[in-house]
Amino acid sequence: MLLKLTSLVPLYPLIGCIINGFFGLRIGKNAVGLIAAGSVGLSFLTTLIIFIGLVMTPAEERVFEQVLFTWMAVGDFTAEFGFQIDPLSMTMMLFVTGVGFLIHVYSIGYMHEEYSFYRFFAYMNLFMFSMLLLIMGNNFLIMFIGWEGVGCCSYFLIGYYFEKKSACDAGTKAFVMNRVGDFAFLLAVMYIFNIFGSIDFTTVFHAAPEKLIYDSETVTIITMLLFVGACGKSAQIPLYTWLPDAMEGPTPVSALIHAATMVTAGVYMVVRCNALFALAPITMWTVAFIGGATAIFAATIGMTQFDIKRVLAYSTVSQIGYMFMAVGVGAYTAAIFHMVTHAFFKACLFLGSGSVIHGLHGEQDMRKMGALKSHMPITFVTFFVSTLAIAGIFPLSGFFSKDEILYHALMDGNFILWGMGITGALLTAFYMFRLVFMTFFGKSNVDPHVHPHESPKVMTMPLVILAGLAFFGGALGIPLFHGWHILHNWLEPVFYFDMPSALEHSAHLLHEQGKHAPSWSHLLQPEGDHNIWVEIALMLLSLSIAVAGIFGAYICYIKKPHLPGLLTEGQWGYDLVKNKYEVDEIYDETIVKPTLEGSKLLWKECDAKGIDGAVNGIAQILGWFSNQARNFQSGFVRNYALFMVVGFIGLLIISL
Amino acid sequence: MEMEMVPLAHYLFLSATLFVIGVVGVLVRRNAIVVFMSIEIMLNAVNISLIAFDRYLNLHDGQIFSFMVMCVAAAEVSVGLAIIISLFRNKPTINLDEFNIMKS
Repeated sequence: MLLKLTSLVPLYPLIGCIINGFFGLRIGKNAVGLIAAGSVGLSFLTTLIIFIGLVMTPAEERVFEQVLFTWMAVGDFTAEFGFQIDPLSMTMMLFVTGVGFLIHVYSIGYMHEEYSFYRFFAYMNLFMFSMLLLIMGNNFLIMFIGWEGVGCCSYFLIGYYFEKKSACDAGTKAFVMNRVGDFAFLLAVMYIFNIFGSIDFTTVFHAAPEKLIYDSETVTIITMLLFVGACGKSAQIPLYTWLPDAMEGPTPVSALIHAATMVTAGVYMVVRCNALFALAPITMWTVAFIGGATAIFAATIGMTQFDIKRVLAYSTVSQIGYMFMAVGVGAYTAAIFHMVTHAFFKACLFLGSGSVIHGLHGEQDMRKMGALKSHMPITFVTFFVSTLAIAGIFPLSGFFSKDEILYHALMDGNFILWGMGITGALLTAFYMFRLVFMTFFGKSNVDPHVHPHESPKVMTMPLVILAGLAFFGGALGIPLFHGWHILHNWLEPVFYFDMPSALEHSAHLLHEQGKHAPSWSHLLQPEGDHNIWVEIALMLLSLSIAVAGIFGAYICYIKKPHLPGLLTEGQWGYDLVKNKYEVDEIYDETIVKPTLEGSKLLWKECDAKGIDGAVNGIAQILGWFSNQARNFQSGFVRNYALFMVVGFIGLLIISL
Repeated sequence: MEMEMVPLAHYLFLSATLFVIGVVGVLVRRNAIVVFMSIEIMLNAVNISLIAFDRYLNLHDGQIFSFMVMCVAAAEVSVGLAIIISLFRNKPTINLDEFNIMKS
């Protein structure tokens, strides 16, 4: 059985991490690069073999669990160390190892000048291992290990340049903000165990319709907690501020962790728990609106930034907002589809920006770029293709995936959501082309001492492959005709949820509690027919929106370069957006500073004076008594004899 | 020929007097040798009461005990005198108030 190879997939990066981490300095840079990229490459190959094995099994049997050992068994609680392979985790594994491999190869070129080359690759491999655990775990606990592992590696890699204070701060910020989400996630897992007596995915999701009442408080709390966890990891409002700062890390890290893989873990987790979310309409509504709000919010900030990587970071936040919007309206396939295509084009964009930064010797400010098109043709072409993809131009991958999300938002009957999505699409097209025009077109603002140059082959090859994927990735999900959407057919068994019987169970449970079940009949109406014409009209609309955004950017940054300056000069609204809506400052004032002040107060008053004072005081009192007692021991023998006699007489008197 | 026995109380009184003399000697005298002699007096005071009881109660344990005490006293004298000699070698005096080296 090909599926038995499952446990090898995370094993390779772990071995790579151990070798590079312990012997990296001794074995030299070439060997380190070879081991790091090679181990991920092996993982990718193994994943492909497993994929073939999974495709060959019949569609309804495509769930494979491999339990390695029972990790802990305490009373009723058992946790296995096992992996679960189904179409969903398979999809994730394929693009995580695939894109991960390309980024590892790229990093060999990008990081070549670094002294602690080996440290970088040890962390990267550890990240791959954790990410694969997160994806492949067959219960919440294994997922949580991976969840924490990727957060930890993200912290290490953001703070890779630890001699820079800003990098250390950014790492700490990312870690602390993630902790907020992790805490909620952990609470949710405990709650789930409390109700189901198990943390195994299969057990919990099968029992969910029978044990949880539709729209009850319990399921809402669980799913809300899970969603807060997802918000932390996937940088959604209100926990998104760490992601732009995370750009302090090396660019390949931004591409791998903060664009393609780790930040989509939240989406994956929500999609994985779709059986729980389906029972919680309030949470679904929240997820969709938070996603939509984040999509617009981050896009507006992205329009005003000048650091090339920060623009991409806000773009990532915005795109993940789209994914959550899709999840919120129950379009799980669309979310995963967008996640995959986003991994392709955003990884390519980040690596492309890395190539630009590399060619300009570390310059990240777009105002000091321009006209780089002729200097770095390969970077330019791949970057341009990916930009078209993210802007949603037919027939590139982003067009299909984004359009599917918008279609489902509209079909959900929610015009506000759809409006948010379409506005976000306009903004996306605008800020991405703003970036391209400022970087590659126009007149050169490059520092005359810097001579831009194209990057070496080891860096451009991954760019070309990723651009190809970004171009053709849409083929995974061609809409309109039934059966053309490969990804949909592939993932369908995972998302199957028997709503009528779940509602019946809920009504039954409510009846047992002596309550009357509300009417849920509107939920059971058959979905409206798949209207091809509506979909085509929507496609044309979103395409024209994207073109409008591009045209706007063309006007502003090529035709009349003085226009943006005129429009934004002295506008308080612009300044507000440019300062990222002051969210960081608000968080600083309302949360960070009170916490710091409170901690200082506790430290100085409570700890230093209270606790230390009590301990030292007791010691001093004892010392004083000891000093008094010392005087008895004069060293004169006759004194001692006197004491003996006095004592003896005392005893005599007592006994009389 | 039956002689009138000296009553036990007399012996005990003598013994107690000697013992108190010894105790006071230990406490008030400064000369190490005199202190030492006072200790010997205390030991012998005890010996007297031991023998008196032995005789009075017609036992033999008391005699054995007093021999025991004499042996201990003899051993003590030899060790004690050795200590006094080494004290004298350290400081040319045997005034006990000059010695407080037992203090720490």
